[in-house]
Amino acid sequence: MTRLPRARDLGLVGCHVCRLVCRDVEAPNAACPRCGSALHRRKSASYTKTWALLIAAFFFYIPANVLPIMRTVSLGDVDDNTILSGVIELWVKGSPDLAVIVFTASIVVPVLKFFALGLLLISSQRGSRWAQRQRGKLYRLVEFIGYWSMLDVFVVALLTALVQFGFFSEVEPLPGVVFFGLTVVITMLASMTFDPRLIWDGRDFDD
Amino acid sequence: MPAQGVQPGIAPPTLWICEHCDTVYHRRELACGEVARCARCDAILERHHSVGVRGMLALVITAMIAFVQANIWPIVTLGLNGQQISTTLWGCIEMMWHQGAQVVAVIAACTLFFFPIGKMLMLGWVLLYARTGRRAPGFRLAMVTLYRVGPWTMSEVFVLGTLVAIVKAHMYFEVIPNPGVFAYGVLMLIITAFSSIDVRRLWDLTRDDPA
Repeated sequence: MTRLPRARDLGLVGCHVCRLVCRDVEAPNAACPRCGSALHRRKSASYTKTWALLIAAFFFYIPANVLPIMRTVSLGDVDDNTILSGVIELWVKGSPDLAVIVFTASIVVPVLKFFALGLLLISSQRGSRWAQRQRGKLYRLVEFIGYWSMLDVFVVALLTALVQFGFFSEVEPLPGVVFFGLTVVITMLASMTFDPRLIWDGRDFDD
Repeated sequence: MPAQGVQPGIAPPTLWICEHCDTVYHRRELACGEVARCARCDAILERHHSVGVRGMLALVITAMIAFVQANIWPIVTLGLNGQQISTTLWGCIEMMWHQGAQVVAVIAACTLFFFPIGKMLMLGWVLLYARTGRRAPGFRLAMVTLYRVGPWTMSEVFVLGTLVAIVKAHMYFEVIPNPGVFAYGVLMLIITAFSSIDVRRLWDLTRDDPA
């Protein structure tokens, strides 16, 4: 493969917001002449911010899984559900196919995000040339599937609003769901602050 | 909104940069159905624009109609011992707020109501002018906001969530689907149709109107 030119080598910079290609003036306060957004070759302090958000998300993720997300009270019988027990209940009593979807959205996707972003951060910081194309694809996958984790949060919201039969049956949200919602938001922020161009920058570049 | 800071020069408009790996390309016209991919990282550089500005406007208006329907009609009704309870999106949001999960209520209100409606209104406004190649008043602000809000709309996740909630509730209650859930289904189809459209191409399709 012939060497493909990269914008930073040619003294060019692309606007993140409107995709206009500009000449790189290397000024910290450069703004896109078309849309007025800040221009930078790489997202600023991408490693630091992404690490911080990823670690913060992880601290929220533990209570999100350990604490129950939903309480069902029927005829005085109290039943607290965690994310995992909700999936199991769906598998046993309802439809296994839907249980697989919920399991993927609530457990596989967040765990995958932690591992994938961690891997991308570590490999890029070391300037690794290992599997760059695949790492690029992994990043796009994480970006694409990230928000589907909100599924369980919306299920709890709907059930809480619907199941209000007083003494017979009632559903209420428990703190786990708040932690889970926050985990999803913070991991989304983490994947947005990561700059996929860093995968290709190698060891010599630090912005 | 004037641009602040140092204003760099604009490079020739035939140049195009891959957002994912910073590789520079010469832009060329794409044939129908063609998708340009980056030779270095395989990310999509650009797609052929099969839907024009008018088509996009039609999609946005349809989405708005579906969105209004999805929000005014109840989504599902549950029945137990002759007692029936139904809810709308706002019913869920209010309930979460009062039940001590205010954070969830705010997330749901933003990602399922305010951001989607804001996105549709701004896009509709911009497209209304873009039909004749003009930039609407506030074009720049609307386009930047659309880009920033982009990933934070989750209506399609809510549709799947409704499905899961229906199946879960079906174990214990009588479940009656209401018009809201069908409107949400339509909305999901339109969102899917829109997902391959990069609205940033409106920057290239419009010109600043001196008048």
